Formats: sequence, structure tokens, C-alpha cells
Amino acid sequence: MTIAGIPRLGLAAILFGALAFAIVPLLVPSYQVSILTEVLIYAVLAMSVDILAGYAGRTPLCLGAIFGVSTYVTVYWTSTMAGSPYMGMVLGVGAATLVAMVFAVLAIRTTGVYFILLTLALGMIIWGICLRWTSVTGGENGLRGSVRPAELAAHLPFYYMVFAAVAVITFAMWRFVRSPFGLTLRGIRDSESRMRSLGYNVSLHMFIAFTVSGLFAGVAGALYAMFNDFVSPSTVALTQSVEGLLMAITGGAGTLFGAFIGAFAIIGLENAVSLYTERWQSVLGLTFILIMIFAPEGILGGIKTLLARKRG
Amino acid sequence: MSGLNTFQLLNGLTFAALLFIVASGFTLIFGLLRIVNLAHGALYLLGGYCAYALASTTGSFLVGILAAMAAVAVTGLILDQGLLRFVRGHELRQVLLTLGVGLVLNDMMLVLFGGDTYTVPAPEFLRGAVRFWGLFYPKYRLFVLALGIVIFILLWLLLNRTRLGALIRAGVDDPETIEAMGVNIRRIFLLTFMLGAALAGLGGAVGGAFLTLYPSADAEILVFSLAVVIIGGRGSLVGAAVGALMVGMLNTVGQVMFPEFAYFVIFGPMAAILAFRPLGLFGRTA
Repeated sequence: MTIAGIPRLGLAAILFGALAFAIVPLLVPSYQVSILTEVLIYAVLAMSVDILAGYAGRTPLCLGAIFGVSTYVTVYWTSTMAGSPYMGMVLGVGAATLVAMVFAVLAIRTTGVYFILLTLALGMIIWGICLRWTSVTGGENGLRGSVRPAELAAHLPFYYMVFAAVAVITFAMWRFVRSPFGLTLRGIRDSESRMRSLGYNVSLHMFIAFTVSGLFAGVAGALYAMFNDFVSPSTVALTQSVEGLLMAITGGAGTLFGAFIGAFAIIGLENAVSLYTERWQSVLGLTFILIMIFAPEGILGGIKTLLARKRG
Repeated sequence: MSGLNTFQLLNGLTFAALLFIVASGFTLIFGLLRIVNLAHGALYLLGGYCAYALASTTGSFLVGILAAMAAVAVTGLILDQGLLRFVRGHELRQVLLTLGVGLVLNDMMLVLFGGDTYTVPAPEFLRGAVRFWGLFYPKYRLFVLALGIVIFILLWLLLNRTRLGALIRAGVDDPETIEAMGVNIRRIFLLTFMLGAALAGLGGAVGGAFLTLYPSADAEILVFSLAVVIIGGRGSLVGAAVGALMVGMLNTVGQVMFPEFAYFVIFGPMAAILAFRPLGLFGRTA
């Protein structure tokens, strides 16, 4: 049974998840609300990773940096240029998209591990520039902005603004991956040579996929600028890309909505762990190792496989 | 190049020699085992810290270097046999697993050594400067340059003049056939992995004496090694040497002329090369 192409069980799960994200913030203290806000923002980053890693079959390690470009531009616009936050966010997303286009031109010809290596190196360029271009980026000290408008200063109104934005973005991304274009991407993932001989312009498809993915990462980065009001080189560091990828994989690559589960699991883990130890990076690395060995399909991917097996 | 004097040129060359030592280990593992070892930078740093700890307690630089190579080779053994064996044949899972290992190792070293900067103590006879062509140049850096050349020659001889080298090269080209011929390719894979790791350890020990050791040094050297291997091509020793020279010189040019965009000066040309030769200058299809 499917409705609009989604199995009934899946639809119920999505509605339940959305309802939970809508209601729970009313019941928990403000600290947890801000964690949930972070979960929603990072879910968008993880979904943008999933477009490339899950649907186009190329694992990117630069989207955290593109996310950070948007954060930097937004914060810079509101602090140094004293511009309006919304204009800053638009500029941030624009800058992220532009960077993604440049990266796409360079990276789309590579596949497999070469794609990982190249995107990793490209992301590091951004990190290097943010760290060294002290006159603009503030170097290691970072930039403090005034992005969040007064009417959204409280936790709850801000949460629901992010919730609404993320709902719209998620719908757009879902349409994107289910469109004929998204199906072509999956075709390229499964067999690039076959798609090429069928007459598809593989490079152009990869370019568009990369750009769209960068655009959404930029949206997440702009929201993060509003959430955090501060940016430093750690926002564009490799760990950011790694976390985004880990969330996408934990949720289940190629499932899109798994990103929410992944973001919730990883950020939840981060906050739980930080109560006991400062060694979050070790826990992150360990999680990566364990997932790669035992659960490469991720949570949602694993559930799907289980269900498929049960149905025989 | 009018903006560079001989001193800076030599700095670029010595940095290139260090990069070659580190990246040759990376490219060996990448070429033969198809494993992109993103923990390579952490292995470098581990080697550096080991060398620092031993060289400063025993007072012998040589002991420090040997201990670093041994310790990192054993870490490589554990990494390969303890973790990577579970994900054999899955390119992507291998890469991401080594990424996780790198994060853990880096964090553990932060616990052990803190955020301070350390310098591996160089032996007495390598301290100070020598004078030639009317300029003073640190002896130690010349030693690194010489070491890089020696390592290149040794690796070249190993790969091209020994039975083990022939097996490694055959393994790069066609692991199935060589296995069918009755060679235990797994053992050769393991040896190569340990050799590659030991080279990272050697790099850390040698580099730790002039680049200093600090918590994010692993990510920096990893990115430089990636650039070298991307430019040179997977598994190619000559490629690693050419790549190291390019990256070393570009880094110097970048730091002298455009300090704020030094990274861009390295990775711009790298990206351009990749756009025309996706497998690198000396890379071949698998």
C-alpha cells in the first residue's frame, strides 16, 4: 500500500516524527529545545550529504565546509557590514551555492575514493582560508554576529521558525530526490556507464546534484548562523563534514528522512557523552568505526532491510 | 622566480623531502591495498610523539626514530588485523573506518601530550648551520633533504630490484592472478601496510624536529600527503616524489607571496591537474 509513493508504514512514521518534533519542545526545558533546534539544522546538512552520498553515490567530505561558508558570510554581513540578518542569510546561501558550483566543476570527474579525497582537500582549502585570512574572518578567534532578530531571541519562537523552515526544505528535498532527476541520479549511482550509454549527460547531472546539495548545506549553515550567532574555523573544519556524513550514514544513506534519526542520534550522543567526558572526538571516531563494521546501512536502512526480509 | 631566494628554495626542497617520506607510505598502502588510510596523519603524529618521548629520555635521536617506526608499524598491524579485516573489499567503509581511527588516535594523543608544542631534540652534530654559497643554512634541514633522497632510492630498489618488490608491483596490477599463482598476497599486503605506517612514523620523528608537534599537525600533514598523492597518482613512487616536490615548492611560494591564501596556492594547481588527469600525473587505472 502506498500513498504518493511512500509505503503506508513509512508515511505513519514520518507523520509521527513530525508530530514529535512539533510537540516535544513544548514539554521540555529550554536547554533541550536548543538541542532539538540543533538537531533540525544538522538534519538539513545530513540530508544534503545524503543527496550526494546516498542518491548520487559519491561521498562528499566538503559539505561541512560549504555549510560553514554560509555561516561565515551571514555572520560577517550582520557584524562587520551591519546588514540585515535575512539579507545575510540570502548572501550566505548564495556564497555556499557558488562555492559548491566551483567544487562541482573540479570534483565531478572523479568517483569513489578519489571523490572523497578531492572533496576533503577542497574543504580543507576553505578551512585554511578561514583560519589565515585574519583581517576578514577573525582567524582563530572567529566572528561574533548579531544574526538572530529580537523577535526570535527566545528559544521556543526560534525553534518553531526553524521547524517551519526545515519542514519546507525537507519537502523540497524529498521532491528533488523523487523527481525524474533524482531517479537519474540513482541510475548513475548504480551504473554510470549504463546511464551514459542511454544518453544521459552524467557530468551535468552530477554538477546539478552537487550544486543543489551545496545550496541546502548553505541553507543549514545560514540557519546555524542564526542559531549560534558566532562562527570560528571549527565551523568549517573537517569534523563538521565528518559529523554531517556520519549523521547521514547513521540514519541510513539513500533514505533522506534517515538524516533526522542520524542527527538526533549523533547530537543526542554528543550531549549525553559531554556530561561524563570531554573526549567527544574519541566517541565520534569510535561511533564511526562501529557503524562501519556493524551497521553500514544505518538505522533506517537496517529497518528497511529487516522489513523486506520479513515480507520475503 | 624573483620573489624567492636560495634560502626559501631550500626550505621548499626540505619540506618536499619530508612530504615525500610521509606520502610514499600513504601511496604504497593506497596503491597495493586500495585503502585510503585517513589515519595516516595520526600515525605521523604518533611517530613524532614517540620519537619525542624516547629521544628526550634516552638522549639518542636514532633510538627515537627507530622506536617511532616500530611503534607506528605495530599500530598499523593492529589497525589492519584488528579493524580493517572486517571491512575488506568495501572501499568506502575502509576509508571512513580509518577516518574514525584517525579521530580516536588524535584525541588520545591530546589526552597524553596535551595541547603543548613539542620539538623532537635533534642530535648535537645536526644542530646549527652550515655555510655555503654565502648563506647559512640549518644542518638539520639538509639532513632531512638527504634522508628523503635516501628513502626514495631505498624504496625504488625495494620495489624494482627485490622479489618482495616484484610481488608488491604485481599486487598493485593484478592481485587475483598473483594469488592464484600460489603467493600469500595477504602477508604481502600486511607487510606493505606496516611499511607504509613505519614511513609515516619516520616522517613524524624527522618532521617533529623542525616542524614541531601539536594536536592539529596530523590533519595538516594528512592534507599535504593527500595533495601529493592526488597529484602523483595512486601507488606511484615517482609520482609521490614529483607530487612532493610540487607541493613543497608551491607551499613555500604560497607562504612567501600570499600568506593568507597559502592553501589555495597548493590546492588550486592540484585541482587543475585533477580536472585533466583524474588519476593523477602517474596514475593508472586499476
